[in-house]
Amino acid sequence: MAKEYETVIGLEVHVELATKTKIFCGCSTAFGGAPNTHTCPVCTGMPGSLPVLNKQVLEYAISVGIATNCEITRYGKFDRKNYFYPDNPQNYQISQLYLPICRNGGVEIETEAGGKKVVGIHEIHMEEDAGKLLHDEWEDCSLVDYNRSGVPLIEIVSEPDMRSAEEVIAYLEKLRLIIQYLGASDCKLQEGSMRADVNLSVREAGTEAFGTRTEMKNLNSFKAIMRAIEGERERQIDLLEEGKAVIQETRRWDDAKGESYVMRSKEDAQDYRYFPDPDLVPVVISDEMLEDLKSRQPEFRTDKMARYKEEYGIPDYDIDIITGTKRMADLFEETVAICGQPKKVSNWLMGETMRLMKEKEVDAEDLHFSPENLAKLIALVDNKAINGSVAKEVFEVMFEQDIEPEQYVEEKGLKTVHDEGALLKAVEEVIAGNPQSVADYRGGKEKALGFLVGQTMKAMKGKADPAMVNRALREKLAE
Amino acid sequence: MNLLDMTAVELSAAIKDGKTTAVDAVRASLERIEEKEAFYHCYITLDREGALAQAQAVQARIEKGELSGPLAGVPMAAKDNLCTAGMLTTCASKILGNFVPTYSAEAVLNLQKAGAVILGKTNMDEFAMGSTTETSAFGETKNPWNPAHVPGGSSGGSAAAVAAGECFYALGSDTGGSIRQPASFCGVVGMKPTYGTISRYGLIAYGSSLDQIGPLAKNVADCAAVLEAAASHDEKDSTSIERKDMDFTAALAEDVKGMKIGIPRDYFGEGLDKEVKEAVLQAAKVLEEKGAIVEEFDLSLVDYAIPAYYTIAAAEASSNLERFDGIKYGYRTADYEGLHPMYKKTRSEGFGEEVKRRIMLGSFVLSSGYYDAYYLKALKVKALIKKAFDDAFAEYDVILGPAAPTTAPKLGESLADPLKMYLGDIYTIAVNLAGLPGISVPCGLDSAGLPIGLQLIGDCFQEKKLLRMAYTYEKARGVFSKAEKEAR
Amino acid sequence: MANIIDDETIEYVSILAKLELSKEEREQAKKDMGRMLDYIDKLGELDTEGVEPMSHVFPVQNVFREDVVTNSDTREQLLANAPEQKDGMFMVPRIV
Repeated sequence: MAKEYETVIGLEVHVELATKTKIFCGCSTAFGGAPNTHTCPVCTGMPGSLPVLNKQVLEYAISVGIATNCEITRYGKFDRKNYFYPDNPQNYQISQLYLPICRNGGVEIETEAGGKKVVGIHEIHMEEDAGKLLHDEWEDCSLVDYNRSGVPLIEIVSEPDMRSAEEVIAYLEKLRLIIQYLGASDCKLQEGSMRADVNLSVREAGTEAFGTRTEMKNLNSFKAIMRAIEGERERQIDLLEEGKAVIQETRRWDDAKGESYVMRSKEDAQDYRYFPDPDLVPVVISDEMLEDLKSRQPEFRTDKMARYKEEYGIPDYDIDIITGTKRMADLFEETVAICGQPKKVSNWLMGETMRLMKEKEVDAEDLHFSPENLAKLIALVDNKAINGSVAKEVFEVMFEQDIEPEQYVEEKGLKTVHDEGALLKAVEEVIAGNPQSVADYRGGKEKALGFLVGQTMKAMKGKADPAMVNRALREKLAE
Repeated sequence: MNLLDMTAVELSAAIKDGKTTAVDAVRASLERIEEKEAFYHCYITLDREGALAQAQAVQARIEKGELSGPLAGVPMAAKDNLCTAGMLTTCASKILGNFVPTYSAEAVLNLQKAGAVILGKTNMDEFAMGSTTETSAFGETKNPWNPAHVPGGSSGGSAAAVAAGECFYALGSDTGGSIRQPASFCGVVGMKPTYGTISRYGLIAYGSSLDQIGPLAKNVADCAAVLEAAASHDEKDSTSIERKDMDFTAALAEDVKGMKIGIPRDYFGEGLDKEVKEAVLQAAKVLEEKGAIVEEFDLSLVDYAIPAYYTIAAAEASSNLERFDGIKYGYRTADYEGLHPMYKKTRSEGFGEEVKRRIMLGSFVLSSGYYDAYYLKALKVKALIKKAFDDAFAEYDVILGPAAPTTAPKLGESLADPLKMYLGDIYTIAVNLAGLPGISVPCGLDSAGLPIGLQLIGDCFQEKKLLRMAYTYEKARGVFSKAEKEAR
Repeated sequence: MANIIDDETIEYVSILAKLELSKEEREQAKKDMGRMLDYIDKLGELDTEGVEPMSHVFPVQNVFREDVVTNSDTREQLLANAPEQKDGMFMVPRIV
């Protein structure tokens, strides 16, 4: 019988922080600029330029550390990691090796078996991102864009505490939620604002010693991570079964092919010659600064769930979904703050919002309709200015373009017509034009009324209040 | 009086008084340059038209009363490792042979605000690595006192230019003595201020934790004026220090009564040239006569400064010079196949021998398995050296000694034995490790007619004590310039 | 000479330093580095037990900038010094 193996996994998670400017210079971190338009002498490694630390980066890093139960390093430094690559303009990356900002933390995750376990965090350090390399087929060369060079990152290094892909995903989701709640990053895997490298080894079940691990890079979705873990686990077990050794190496996952490959070169000596960056001064965290950041920690999910239940009385299922992303929770709370109708807000989020997100493949973090407009839409329905189906129609436009609903309804002429005369006229026409249905209704077929209501609504171009139509028809037919 | 015989402060006063103009001063400097440059080669780049245009603009502002400082309208030069917007900045290296920065060093900007007119960029040892200006990729500079000798280095072009009257003052940089030693060899005043006093923004780094910009000038008063104008607290340099005592010219008083001078016995041992020793001790005597209290003491650890320095400086340099890779600026090899060969060929062709030697050493001492034994050990020794100075300054106001063990060596004698050349930095290097201010003032000539420099070292932030003492000495010593000496 | 630098070490260090040395340069580098390291070994004579390594001389700390955009697009200037460029980017040999 084949041996049983246990998978041992640790993660190195890079998170791009949501600062306005880069870590060491006043260049914008905004996406989408033309190549090299968000650059300056500092982030392009020009001779004589010097780095100065962005305070917000430090505050975000410490906040993530507090939220993940880390010890905060009270005397920290930056180190240079030296390696040559064109995306790294100085040919060293400013990072932290010797005195990282946070250490010895951990987060609790739920395991498949329904239990709980803590995944330890070895350290969190601050560093700068590299530029982007593009490959130019025409010239058979590569091109360098330094817009991303110097964008602030934190690297969260876990302990090798995970045992399955499911635990890895649970850990990543937990981290993502904490960081999103802090507002420290949007943590989008696809766009690279959250990136995970997987360190994986296998060992015979029941043994203590760790096997030799490999590091897997280029994983940009949860699905890719799961597939890579499965693939690497099998690759390592196959090696061991064949009596071969696992080699400690860095591998690149090709998700399209479903396999990984190692890129080794004599020129990649992997000897980074770390030493304290003489251009930057130590970072000393005072009690006051730490207390201030602690007091500014937001309400995290568990507390939020309890509060929603008590304060808003919406169903547990709704609470679970709404607090599952920072964006949803923000939208909910901000809209409720304006309109004071939690149940109705929840219904819009759980119903139409979720439906459209699924249909249009939009992530919660990318929702961009404003709480103000959602509150206005709810008010329009409440005031019977528009009816339910018109509201859904308006919401769909709002979901796409965040239009101002009152103005939109006005411009498109979608307002419910409360003109009794017009309604009466329409009812009379419908009754005159549908003698069979009228006869059916009068003969006791209640169903026929539905058809007549529909015809009246159509005549009113959808802009009537259905309750009014109903009442008017009944009265007229009863005459 | 010939314009060129004036000091910077005298010239600016004459311009302000309408006796001459900034434009005339530039013209006179350019004429001197035309006459002497072929012999001395102080400059890598000259900006004749630019200097005249700057002078006209500055003159207009002086006439309008917008500029009135002691450097307004004075032509100067900057070492070629200081970035100057729109002007070639090479670090005397082939690898930056075509580099034109789009920004200026903060120190240069500060001087321009004070009305400086930049004539050009001075020659230096490549990336400031060397003690003779012979490692320049653009040819050696010669000592104006005797063209068969080196001007010292690495700020040799700046020192020689001031000595030859090819500018009124110059900026240099000092990582291990690179201002004080050439000042000593060329008979001018050179000062390295406390680390962090002048912003390093725009100074192309050699050893970042040791590099400081400073003035090379005709006398102590000019030196104080340049230091005052160049110094600033700069938010772009994290290591820049906020000081409230940067009115350095206020220190220029003839008064050393009661000041305690310590003479380290360890600076006067083996290796020190006899004539240098005598001249320096004679200078101490002059100060004693002026009322200073002079004592001998043991500084200790002097022999450990050079190995600690070369470990730290080489390590930092190996990292600082990684950015020169042929991608963003500077030289790229003509012929390559792939990325790594491009890097290697570019850097091997672009850097000179001494620079490569230090990059190799620095890469080695930081490499896996050696970091603790070399780099960390050197940082610990640096702490001990700083402590030795702290102890000394608990006792003394100023430490007095030579700037260099000898006068300027002959051209071509130094590079064959690098280690021996490094040993010449013995009196200047510890000052950089401890971040202290130091000044070199001419204190005599040897029998060959070459200048000797007196070095005064102060505790951190005590530039004023140094300037006061140097000023007092200079007044007692009398005029010391090449022109004067030749005239006699 | 206590420190003997072998070919392998010089080869390794020149990979780290991205320098390509000729045969003569390698021999010279072996000699120079060995000699410098012998000299640096002098530091070993000092007892530094318990001494904190000193990277910065002064206790300057916590120098920060505020998170405010101060730089604008200066691409043209940035690329002015580039040995080779295309489409607003730096051109480098193809990286596989």
